[in-house]
Amino acid sequence: MNGPEFLQQNVDCLKSSMGACFPGERAVFRGHDLHGELKDLDWMELYVFGITGRRFTPEQLRLMHAIWVLTSYPDARIWNNRVAALAGSARSTGTLGVAAALAVSEASIYGRGIDVKAIEFITVTRKALDNGVELADCVQAELKKHRGIAGFGRPLASGDERIAPIMALAHSLGLDEGPHVRLAFDVNEFLLSGRWRLGMNFGAIAAAFGADLGLSTREYYLFVFPAFLAGMPPCFIESAQRTEGALFPLSCEHILYEGEPKRSWQPEDRLLKSVSC
Amino acid sequence: MSNDKPTEQIRTRIWLEEPEPDNPFATRAAYCHGYDVYGAMLGQASWVEMLYLLFRGEAPTPPQAELLEAAAVALANPGPRDPSVHAAMCGGVGGSTAAASLIAALAVGAGQFSGGRELFLSMEAWNGCGMNIEAWQRHMAAPGEDTASIWPAPEHHPGFDPHGVSTTTIVKQTLTCLAGMSTGPRLSWLQKNRSQLEFAAGRPLTMSGVVAAAFVDLGFTPEQGEMLYLLLRLPGAAAHALEQWQYGHKKFPFFRIELENDPAKEGL
Repeated sequence: MNGPEFLQQNVDCLKSSMGACFPGERAVFRGHDLHGELKDLDWMELYVFGITGRRFTPEQLRLMHAIWVLTSYPDARIWNNRVAALAGSARSTGTLGVAAALAVSEASIYGRGIDVKAIEFITVTRKALDNGVELADCVQAELKKHRGIAGFGRPLASGDERIAPIMALAHSLGLDEGPHVRLAFDVNEFLLSGRWRLGMNFGAIAAAFGADLGLSTREYYLFVFPAFLAGMPPCFIESAQRTEGALFPLSCEHILYEGEPKRSWQPEDRLLKSVSC
Repeated sequence: MSNDKPTEQIRTRIWLEEPEPDNPFATRAAYCHGYDVYGAMLGQASWVEMLYLLFRGEAPTPPQAELLEAAAVALANPGPRDPSVHAAMCGGVGGSTAAASLIAALAVGAGQFSGGRELFLSMEAWNGCGMNIEAWQRHMAAPGEDTASIWPAPEHHPGFDPHGVSTTTIVKQTLTCLAGMSTGPRLSWLQKNRSQLEFAAGRPLTMSGVVAAAFVDLGFTPEQGEMLYLLLRLPGAAAHALEQWQYGHKKFPFFRIELENDPAKEGL
């Protein structure tokens, strides 16, 4: 139902099963007392409980932690981190810098834009294979539709240093043989054996773990939101501690102008142009 | 100090800067698409002429500048009921930073319900359907794309109000005004065919639907239009955020809650 009657039913009141704050008294988190029942939860456990409403085993939570840990690089050259660092250098606040850096991580060629597509591809392909479709057909259909496969290939690099440690940890936790993880390696093998030169990157393997953990596309998207976070405050701190404006200073020669040659601003010219249109 | 050429450069077709003779990091002159910003445009060019130049690479004609100016006035303040302005006021009322209030307005105002993404999708629809009513009808009847994206699946036809009953007076006023100024064909076509489009959508036209047509008439791409729309709606968000800080939090709504699974009640 839409329309003003529907809106009227929702006026002035929040109907929620997610939670509420009762100031001075208590807080409820998805139907549980935050300061009672949930007070000893690990932060990750609370975070994914908030997203899914489900609880995860210690091994699964350990793997989730590792997905975040292994992808937090305090390198201020990386585009999203650079935002946090520039905020420090420009003497903005840490919250603004890091929040903007996280927002920037929702990019098309890396970060959240890829994460959503990667888990969608791996879950849809898994279902298709279970229904008898050939892997080659799935991969070729995806390549035809998107001219690439999210999680395979990587801007700025060919290999991915994060895959070996996450697989070693997953093996030690008994979580390395899930159907989506196995599929990710099958896709990798298929792509490497062909002419595509698209090696698997961490986005594919993390998405496969997410799918094996039972996360939906939307749940996974929110789970990986802070994946780069731990690397950002160091970038902010270092540039904030150094002389203001000293991070990646750009001289006029750093600007390679490729536009129109110099011309005069003549309002009359534009008037004539509009008359002749 | 070394005078070596930098190894890294930012490529741009928009902006040229020339250094002061004593400092390569200080600007002596800046040119926007070839025009001397501080030596010639300043005091001559209007704000919307500068906007148009930045995005389109050419100065607007006077009618184009007038149309963009009018659209900017229409968009300047969505009002405190709008979700983006509401978000900015949530920043303002608690004394958040100015940037946080604007970020709040941008984040909420970026969406598919009266936000930047709706404007983007609406402009894409204009590019796809043009001024062909049958094409619009087919477009609205077609199922949405199933491609996975950071954006949720659209829940209504962009440019039309899912909760609306009839076209609002301010939308009709804006359409009439902008259609009378436009040098492009879409706004006047929209004015003539509004009822048919609304019938196909099952909902009334919104402000973003009007502005989408205006932006396409002005030659902006959907990506440029989305940016402009986000930008031009910020003044009201800023002013309302500042105002709520002045009023104070005790005068700002906190709303009632109905908790559907309160453990305290379930335990009784």
